[in-house]
Amino acid sequence: MNAEIKMKQATRFAGQKENVLSRRAHVKAEDFSVFYGNFEAVKQVRCEFAEGLVTSMIGPSGCGKSTLLRAINRMNDLIPSCRAGGTMTFDGEDIYRKDIDVVSLRMRVGMVFQKPNVFPKSIYDNIAYGPRLQGISNRNQLDGIVESSLKQAAIWDEVKDRLNTNALGMSGGQQQRLCLARALAVKPEILLMDEPTSALDPKATAKIEDLIGQLRGQYTIIIVTHNMQQAARVSDLTAFMYEGTLVEFGETRQIFTRPQQKQTEDYITGRFG
Amino acid sequence: MTKVFVHEVEKLKKRILTLSSQVEENVALAVKALVSRDADLAKKVIASDTEIDRQEVEVEEEALKILALYQPVAMDLRFLTAVLKINNDLERIGDLAANIAKRARRICKVPEVVIPPELDQMAVKAREMVHNSLTAFVNLDANLANQVREADDEVDDLCKVVSDFVAAVGQKDPEHLSTYLKMLLAARNLERIGDHATNIAEDVVYLIDGVIVRHQSLDEED
Repeated sequence: MNAEIKMKQATRFAGQKENVLSRRAHVKAEDFSVFYGNFEAVKQVRCEFAEGLVTSMIGPSGCGKSTLLRAINRMNDLIPSCRAGGTMTFDGEDIYRKDIDVVSLRMRVGMVFQKPNVFPKSIYDNIAYGPRLQGISNRNQLDGIVESSLKQAAIWDEVKDRLNTNALGMSGGQQQRLCLARALAVKPEILLMDEPTSALDPKATAKIEDLIGQLRGQYTIIIVTHNMQQAARVSDLTAFMYEGTLVEFGETRQIFTRPQQKQTEDYITGRFG
Repeated sequence: MTKVFVHEVEKLKKRILTLSSQVEENVALAVKALVSRDADLAKKVIASDTEIDRQEVEVEEEALKILALYQPVAMDLRFLTAVLKINNDLERIGDLAANIAKRARRICKVPEVVIPPELDQMAVKAREMVHNSLTAFVNLDANLANQVREADDEVDDLCKVVSDFVAAVGQKDPEHLSTYLKMLLAARNLERIGDHATNIAEDVVYLIDGVIVRHQSLDEED
């Protein structure tokens, strides 16, 4: 008997990745600039932030990466001398159009900052704050949102028995996850993170990084970080900025193994300046 | 990266270059011992292989230390992975040189037989491949690395000629068959040295271009 034994053909291999560059653009900058007075902090940047993926922005201090990040939910509007040029679209709509409602934009584009900025309120009220502003007052509904947001931010088990205690009594790492839960409570589509772990210890950092991995796919995440290894660990795509210009944008694993631009190579290998 | 990192990398470079020159020398001496029937020389080569093994472990420990402490990326990461792999190949080449020396020692004890010129040519070619692959590594020379990759076929062809020679002569002169077989094994060791030199050349191409060229011929890349 000559039974042919065929090995099952592998269709996916470890490390085989989808082509992340072909994903739909969720946010798109076209010749986008940001000025502080006469100073051009972001210079005619062109890039696309892919839907459901994690994009990290790296570059030396003052390169414009935070400014570009904050431009995505128009946080820069709060700075009097600041103005934008070019276009920044979100789902195809120009977010700098005059009739855009900034408050509703910021609900769709959540943000987590470098230092945890919890409100001096109870843990529950911190999370319920946004949904209440959206007009939700039903206690059961709010309870549900608080629980699911805290679970998504992987902090539910630690705080479920003390939801009514003041959030300022939590550790720094817990506060940062609470901020993340608070951002998730209003069901945003995009999460902006401005150095979210720079004030945290390695353990709390690892928790936030794990969370980013879990939230990937459900949200479009854009993270500014000074920690190059963090960018390499958490993101699908990496943007390198220098002096307001977007020098290189590509798949993270390509950027960290064979960058195309010398400036990128010099920066990530620490040979800058 | 810091000056300390650059210094560490320079130190590692020196270590692997010392190892490579030692390996290169052992290949040359092993072949010389075989061709000139020099048992003392063969013994020396066999003895010095432990030194190569020791150096290989040192290079690996240093490279792993740098990876863990500095978490290099881009060119630096490619350099360190290349060092780790080349280190491995060098150690294997050292072992093969020692194997050739062992055959040489045994061949010295039996009456002399005809050595086909192709074995000599193989030895020259394999040594040249090792030398060129390491020069390509030192000078980051992708062209030279690709020349090494091309040369591998020539060594393989010569090995086939030696193999045919042994098959033919073994029938005519069965009395010395065991000596001829030792010669064939030495040829086979040289052929493996060529393969390891090719591996090194491929790692050099990866180091320079960031592209993995293993398992494909030069024509396929074009």
